[in-house]
Amino acid sequence: MAEIKYRDALNAALREEMERDPLVFCIGEGIGEKGGSFRVTDKLLDQFGSERVIDTPLSEAGFVGLAGGAAIAGTRPVVEMLFIDFTFLVMDQVANQIAKYEFMTGGQGKVPVVLRTQGGIGNGLAGQHSQSLEAMFCHIPGLQVVMPSTPYDAKGLLKTCIRDDNPVIFIENKKLYLNIGEVPEEEYLIPLGKADIKRKGSDITIVTYSYMTHECLKAAEILGQKGISAEVIDLRTLVPLDEKCILDSVDKTGHLIVVHEAPTRGGYGGDILSTVIEKAFYSLEAPARRIAGKNSTIPFNMTLEKLCIPSVDEIVGGAMDVMNS
Amino acid sequence: MNIELLKRMYRTALTIRRFEEAAIEQYRLGNIYGYLHPYLGEEAIATGAIAAIGPDDYIVSTHRGHGHAIAKGHDVRLMMAELMGRATGYCKGRGGSMHVADLKQKNLGANGIVGGGIPFATGAGMAIKQKKTDQVVISFLSDGAVNNGVFLESINLAAIYHLPVIFIIENNHYAAATPVETMNLQDDLSKYSVGFGIPGFSLDGNDAVKIYEAMQEPVKRARVKKGPTLIECKTYRHRGHHVNDPGLYMPQDVLEHWKQRDPLILLKEYLNNEKAEDQEIDLIEEEVRKLIEKAVKFGLESPEPSPEEFLLEISSL
Repeated sequence: MAEIKYRDALNAALREEMERDPLVFCIGEGIGEKGGSFRVTDKLLDQFGSERVIDTPLSEAGFVGLAGGAAIAGTRPVVEMLFIDFTFLVMDQVANQIAKYEFMTGGQGKVPVVLRTQGGIGNGLAGQHSQSLEAMFCHIPGLQVVMPSTPYDAKGLLKTCIRDDNPVIFIENKKLYLNIGEVPEEEYLIPLGKADIKRKGSDITIVTYSYMTHECLKAAEILGQKGISAEVIDLRTLVPLDEKCILDSVDKTGHLIVVHEAPTRGGYGGDILSTVIEKAFYSLEAPARRIAGKNSTIPFNMTLEKLCIPSVDEIVGGAMDVMNS
Repeated sequence: MNIELLKRMYRTALTIRRFEEAAIEQYRLGNIYGYLHPYLGEEAIATGAIAAIGPDDYIVSTHRGHGHAIAKGHDVRLMMAELMGRATGYCKGRGGSMHVADLKQKNLGANGIVGGGIPFATGAGMAIKQKKTDQVVISFLSDGAVNNGVFLESINLAAIYHLPVIFIIENNHYAAATPVETMNLQDDLSKYSVGFGIPGFSLDGNDAVKIYEAMQEPVKRARVKKGPTLIECKTYRHRGHHVNDPGLYMPQDVLEHWKQRDPLILLKEYLNNEKAEDQEIDLIEEEVRKLIEKAVKFGLESPEPSPEEFLLEISSL
C-alpha cells in the first residue's frame, strides 16, 4: 500500500471521479494553473482542461450558487472554498438555497454538490482564516457534514460525497494536508454516517474528528502508559452521525470525553453529550466532558493561537478527571 | 406577427391575470395564507420572454413568480393547490406562493430571497455548457435584486464563462415600497451590462410583442455560446408589493398612466390589427375562465398533506 499525503489523496479522489464521470467538474479560486492554495487540485487542469477545472473571480456567493444550480441541472460540481471562514459570505446560497432545495420543491430536485473547504488554526493566520465552523452547518437541515482525518478517509469519503445525490460540506483541516498515510491502489469508497474506531480501548471513550483525532491518539498513548485504556472514535461524518458507534462504546467503557477544535459553546460536542445523556445516561459511570476550543476569536500570535484549541495534555487531563471523578 | 402566436400570448397573459385575481380572492377567503405577490400589470414580460424560448430551456423565477410559471406552461391546478398548501401542489405544499417550481418544465423555481435564485440561473447555464447542449436560461429578477451582491457576481460569472443566460430585470419601479430611483441613480438598469462587457438594453415591459421580438437576438447569441445579455423591462404593478399592501405610495396618476398601457390592452390591439375575430378572443376568455375555475376547485378539493407521513419522512433526516 502506498503512503501518500492527505492533499494527494484528495487530489486522487478528484482525478478518479472526474475520469469516471464527465459531469463532475471542479470550480474555485485559483484551482487551475496554481492547483489550489493547498495544492489539492494540482495538475487537474492539465488533464481535464479549463472547462472542467474552473478558476473563479472572488465571488464566493456567486460561484457557490452557480454550483448549486449546475447540480440541479444535472452535473456534479465540486466547489473549493478556500477557507471555511469565507462561507459566511455564501450562507444564503448554502443555507437558504442549496440545503432547502429538495425539500422546498417537494422532492423534485436533488442538489449533488460538494463544497470542499478547510478550517482550523494553523500558521498564524488570525481570526478570519482559522475558524472551525462545522457546528453551523450541522445545524442546517439538508446538509451533510464530512470531516476526514487521514489520507485514507479523505479519499474514500470524497469519492462517496461526489457520487452522493445530496449536498455535502466537506471540511478539511489545514494542519492535515501534509500528513502521510496508507492509501490502497485499488478503488474504495467509505460510506457516510460510519464512524471509525481509530484505537480500541475499554476504560474511556474519546469521541473526536478531523485534526483532533491525531491529538486524541497521542493522548490515548499517554493514558495507556498511565494504565487507562482509551477508545478513540473518529466520527468522520458529523451529519449523518454514527450514534450507534458512540453508544456502543460508551456502554462498554462507561466514560466519555468529546474533543474538538471548535469553540466549546454551541459546538458539536454539546450535541454528542446530549445524545449520550438522552440515550445512554445509565451507561455513564461518571460525568462526561467536552474538551474543546476556547470561546475566543483565534489570535494571530502563534503561541496564543495554540492556547485556543485543546492540547494533548488537556485531553489527557480531561480524561483523567473523568476517570477519577 | 403570426396570429397564432399572438393568440397564444394573449391566452398566456390572460391566464396569468385571471389566476392572480382568483388567488387574491382565495386569499381574502382565507384559503391561501402566507405571502402572495401578484404579477398583475407585469404579465407582458413573462409572456413575451418565455414565448421566445422552448420547452427545453430553463427559467429561474422570483418571489413574484406565478406569471413565469404559467408562461412556462405549468398546470394552474397544481399551482393553485401549492398556494393553498395542499398535498397535490407542485411542491406538496412545502413551498407555497413564493416557491413554485416544476423541474419537468425546466422552471428551477421561484424564490423567497430577493436575488437568491440568480446564481442558480448561471449554474443551469454552466450545466448546459458542461453538457454541450444548445439550451438557454432566462433569469428573471426584480429591480430590487439589482442591488444584491449575487446579481453583480452572477452577471460577471455568466459573462466570463460565456454562459447562455438572459438576465431580465423586471423593473416595476419598487423594491417592496422603496422607489427604484431612490436606490439607483442609473435611469436604465440595463446599463449595468456596460460594466460587465456584455450586451444590454431597456424596453417597454408592458408590450409582450416587443419583448418577444427583442428576445430573438439574445436567445440566438446564447444558443451559440456567445454569452449573456441583460435586458430591462420597464413596467408597473397594478397593486402593492403583496396582497395585503394597498400600495398607497404608488401615485394615482402614474398608476393610471400604466394601466392605460395594460399588457392585455396592448395585446388585444395587436390582435385587432391582425384582424383576429372578436369571437376568437371571446373564446379564449371563456376557456381561461373555465381553466381558472377548475384550478380553484382542484385546490379546494385537494387533501392537506398528511402530518403522519411528513413526520415519518423527516424522522430519518
